[in-house]
Amino acid sequence: MLSRRVIPCLDVANGRVVKGTRFVDLVDEGDPAELAARYADEGADEIVFLDINAAPEGRGTLLDVVERTARRAFIPLTVGGGVRSTAEMRDVLRAGADKVSLNTAAVTDPALVARCARRFGSQAVVVAIDARRRPGPWPAEWEVLVRGGRDTTSLDAISWAVRAADLGAGELLVTSIDRDGTQSGFDTELLRAIADRVGVPVIASGGAAEPQDFIRAVVDGHADAVLAASIFHRRIHAIADVKSAMAAAGLPVRSAAGVAA
Amino acid sequence: MILAGPRGGLSVAVVDYGAGNLVSIEQALTFVGADVRVVSTPAELDGARALVVPGVGAARPAMRRLTRAGLVDPLLRWIALGRPYLGICLGLQLLFDASDEDGAATFGVIRGRTVRLEDAPTLPHIGWNQVERQRDHALFAGIADRADLYFVHSYAGRPDGVGREVITLAETEHGGRFVSAVDRGNVLGVQFHPERSGGTGLRLLGNFVRWATAVAAGAGAELSPVGAGGTGGGD
Repeated sequence: MLSRRVIPCLDVANGRVVKGTRFVDLVDEGDPAELAARYADEGADEIVFLDINAAPEGRGTLLDVVERTARRAFIPLTVGGGVRSTAEMRDVLRAGADKVSLNTAAVTDPALVARCARRFGSQAVVVAIDARRRPGPWPAEWEVLVRGGRDTTSLDAISWAVRAADLGAGELLVTSIDRDGTQSGFDTELLRAIADRVGVPVIASGGAAEPQDFIRAVVDGHADAVLAASIFHRRIHAIADVKSAMAAAGLPVRSAAGVAA
Repeated sequence: MILAGPRGGLSVAVVDYGAGNLVSIEQALTFVGADVRVVSTPAELDGARALVVPGVGAARPAMRRLTRAGLVDPLLRWIALGRPYLGICLGLQLLFDASDEDGAATFGVIRGRTVRLEDAPTLPHIGWNQVERQRDHALFAGIADRADLYFVHSYAGRPDGVGREVITLAETEHGGRFVSAVDRGNVLGVQFHPERSGGTGLRLLGNFVRWATAVAAGAGAELSPVGAGGTGGGD
């Protein structure tokens, strides 16, 4: 049975790992390649790098980070932030990434998702959706935000998720902007609303605080994978502790002890 | 992470036919001590002692690129000579007769077809899944049964009838069960990605290099002269 993945996320700005709350108030957390290698050793199932500057001049720095990481962390790497074309995606894959995450560019140009999937396969295309609850309505509704949570769109997050999967996204990385960096738990309603409507894996993001939150993201949110940043960077919880809690709750997780001797 | 192998090890050719990212397999094999060369022409196979055929994606474009590069016959000859071969993901699927994904005819080294995963709850099948061993092989030395390895695919090779039991090294479950590792003589194939499977994957690649070193040493003398078109040599 497919293991539920635990994925540390490294937000990278100017070649350093940073973490903020609701995408602002950034704090330096270290060298991305160092941190990624540490997480790989500690049992991370994947690493996600998000280039939060997403500025063209910063791209070389990120590719260098990916290359340095790929040489020492032999687990899947996903890179997001500012990729707007198949040529840019190719560069990121060539640096050693396994998947590219599209966010703003996918909203602006949905056909990009299809082009990338055709060229590199759906397995290499992640569509990242930053969603915020609309005040009021019941049942709940979420709107899609872009440009690192700065701009609103008219898109409904659930419909966009379904469309992105139809266009060829192989996975959806769903972040609750309301919960991001707040350590108040995942928005399991949002996750479930999306996971129950798409046939591709959903990665839960935004709000992790306790191992219990990871379990809820899977059990209540129906997520296939769970992503977190600050609680790992600040060593509030070790990846192994999160996985033990998940295993104790009956969820299949990858044991880091696959090698017997 | 895991013990890096010695330098100056076995010469391993990784076949580059434009089907995906070779950075990770090249680096992982280097990490376990292989002397890795990425090859895209038949001439570059000279001196290689083991072959790794990676790749993701569909069979038809892969076969077209291999054909255009003049690599299909050299690869089939390599296999016929019993030289060490490891197919990864698409590199395993290509060993079968044909692929249902796009109808392409493939190598025909193993009887059977590449088929869409049956009863899969999600596709593509992405992530870590347990590799359940059906037989022992040096490839899995020191690796626990049901160890998790990393998969990224929607199709898998399905060996025909009785052949299934003969060649199956391991199976994996994702809805239905599928064959996740095979061996036929000195041809090995894995559906998962050892180069992306952390310490377990590195162990498996190190095992392949050690096994291939032994095979190449034992078989080289008798096999290399037989119509190998210059692939005999040695390094």
